[in-house]
Amino acid sequence: MGAFHLTIEGLHVSFGGVKALTGVSVSAKAGEILAIIGPNGAGKTTLINTISGVYRPEKGRVRLDGQDITHLPPHRIAGLGVARTFQNIALFKGMTVLDNLLLGRHVHMRAGVFASSLYWGLAQKEEVQHRKFVEEIIHFLEIEPIRRKIVGRLPFGLQKRVELGRALALQPKILLLDEPMAGMNLEEKEDMARFILDVNEEWGTAILLVEHDMEVVMDLSHRVAVLDLGRKIAEGTPNEVRDDPVVIQAYLGSRPRAARGFGGDA
Amino acid sequence: MINRECGVLKTSYEADMALYPIPLARSTVLGIAIIVFLPFPVLANDYLLSVANLVNIAILGALGLNILTGYTGQVSLGHGAFMSVGAYTAAILATRYHLPFWLALAAGGVMAAAVGSFFGIPSLRIKGLYLAIATLAGQFIIEWSLNHITWISGGIQSSIYVPRPALGGYVINTQRGMYYLILIVVSLGIVAAMNLFRTRVGRAFVAIRDHDVAAEIIGINIFRYKLLSFAISSFYAGVTGVLYTYYLGIANYEQFTIVTSVNFLAMIIIGGLGSILGSIFGAAFITLLPILLRYVVEGIGGLFFTISDVAGVLTNLQLILFGGLIIFFLIVEPDGLKKLWRNITDYFRVWPFPY
Ligand SMILES: Nc1ncnc2c1ncn2[C@@H]1O[C@H](COP(=O)(O)OP(=O)(O)OP(=O)(O)O)[C@@H](O)[C@H]1O
Ligand SMILES: [Mg+2]
Repeated sequence: MGAFHLTIEGLHVSFGGVKALTGVSVSAKAGEILAIIGPNGAGKTTLINTISGVYRPEKGRVRLDGQDITHLPPHRIAGLGVARTFQNIALFKGMTVLDNLLLGRHVHMRAGVFASSLYWGLAQKEEVQHRKFVEEIIHFLEIEPIRRKIVGRLPFGLQKRVELGRALALQPKILLLDEPMAGMNLEEKEDMARFILDVNEEWGTAILLVEHDMEVVMDLSHRVAVLDLGRKIAEGTPNEVRDDPVVIQAYLGSRPRAARGFGGDA
Repeated sequence: MINRECGVLKTSYEADMALYPIPLARSTVLGIAIIVFLPFPVLANDYLLSVANLVNIAILGALGLNILTGYTGQVSLGHGAFMSVGAYTAAILATRYHLPFWLALAAGGVMAAAVGSFFGIPSLRIKGLYLAIATLAGQFIIEWSLNHITWISGGIQSSIYVPRPALGGYVINTQRGMYYLILIVVSLGIVAAMNLFRTRVGRAFVAIRDHDVAAEIIGINIFRYKLLSFAISSFYAGVTGVLYTYYLGIANYEQFTIVTSVNFLAMIIIGGLGSILGSIFGAAFITLLPILLRYVVEGIGGLFFTISDVAGVLTNLQLILFGGLIIFFLIVEPDGLKKLWRNITDYFRVWPFPY
């Protein structure tokens, strides 16, 4: 694994009085799966929101391949190859799976109003070409039977999968996944884990994975960073982090849901 | 339209992505197109044709508002004013600069698009009710300008008479001629909108309406696309205004007041938000309702009211009906008339094998 791909330096984010992130620095190398863990309210989602440009930090920098993206608007950051999913799913619920995925191709398409309204030349060629790409993703995620279904009517687990598909359609360099397995049953979790590993291995996409399920984190990630109350308290390989007394303390001192995630090790 | 999916197999993405992938739907549309282009204008009398012209013009305007409000989710109460921009632009160019009809038509659309996107700028920051108020301000500013800047209106009653439209030396001075002219423009508007919403730009509009944060996160420049939606919507409004002007032979701001804006909102709410078919149904419904109502009230109103009262009853009855219908559709059937229609056609869609 080569140079740092995504670099976060001394990020400070607060909401009114609440300090959500206090001087957090963490980096993801090209092609690695970096897990971000931590108890509820640790600041994991805030970190993803700040990287993707939804929140503005008071201090600190976010760099992508050396380029400072801290103050770019979200759509520009997406254009640079940063895709994400949301903790509570942010799909276009009234649209079909196909349209959601095609929207994921938005930054790679060019047709303007005139070509589009004539459905001629570029517009038509482009639609067909990107439809083919989207079909590959549909095949990869094994969602062929639901491609014309309205997303809002799909079961939760499938919606999570479609949201991953929409992020993949962007052909991201780095993928930010906010609890991709929350609320899933075991089988769905296994599928999702397989997809994440495949994306990482086949496409070489770097992945920043926020996840509460420790087993998943141990299995999937190359490195783990631990947040607690807005600070980074540990970083290392999954095994190092698991045995770190500071981490165990943070989890024990917090609410039950997160503590249970650490299971027998605590 | 009428769809029957049974027994249809698609073999390429091109075929799958066609506007009407199902043969029966294609032939239904073709059938309707043939009727409106051939037997109707030949058989109908001038009165029917003039009503049909009003309906067709309204369809274009409703389509324009639906692009902005129904598909992109940006409420506008300035649609009438954007029409007036097109109307006066065309009227000025045609009378003072002697531009031919089709150039005046295009210029009216472009000017309205420019003004419309300017008044769309607040949509970056505000939504819903607040945007409605901001566009309402736009409506009044434009109305006031037309009324008070004498260079625009010519000063006398704020109206400008326009010559009959001519295409390549051929002057169109019958209802039938106008019918064809308007029908062609409106058909182009419908096809363009259909294409728009099956490609990148239209999808981005709907994405903004459904979930603006998600839209931005997948790379859609929200501000740009909102303005684009205002521009396209106002372009339609502008062209609508030009057609009204040539239909009436006069550009007059009274045709394009806040009442007009509200009427067009009523069309798309009753017809169906975010639907092309809905725009057509809504425009036809709202245009025809007062006409039918007049027949009814004039026919049987004499039994209950004196002749002089009938006119007053008519306008009030119309307002009550409009208001009632809007409330009905907002609460009971938010998808509008086109949903009622779809319920019927869905039944036949997979007929005779519903499972
Ligand atoms: N938009 C916001 N407005 C106000 N406070 C916020 C906002 N977003 C996050 N916070 C606060 O910042 C802190 C960190 O929240 P964040 O959502 O990042 O935690 P998290 O690690 O993702 O937690 P969870 O595991 O529950 O998802 C919390 O105290 C939260 O209340
Ligand atoms: Mg979170």
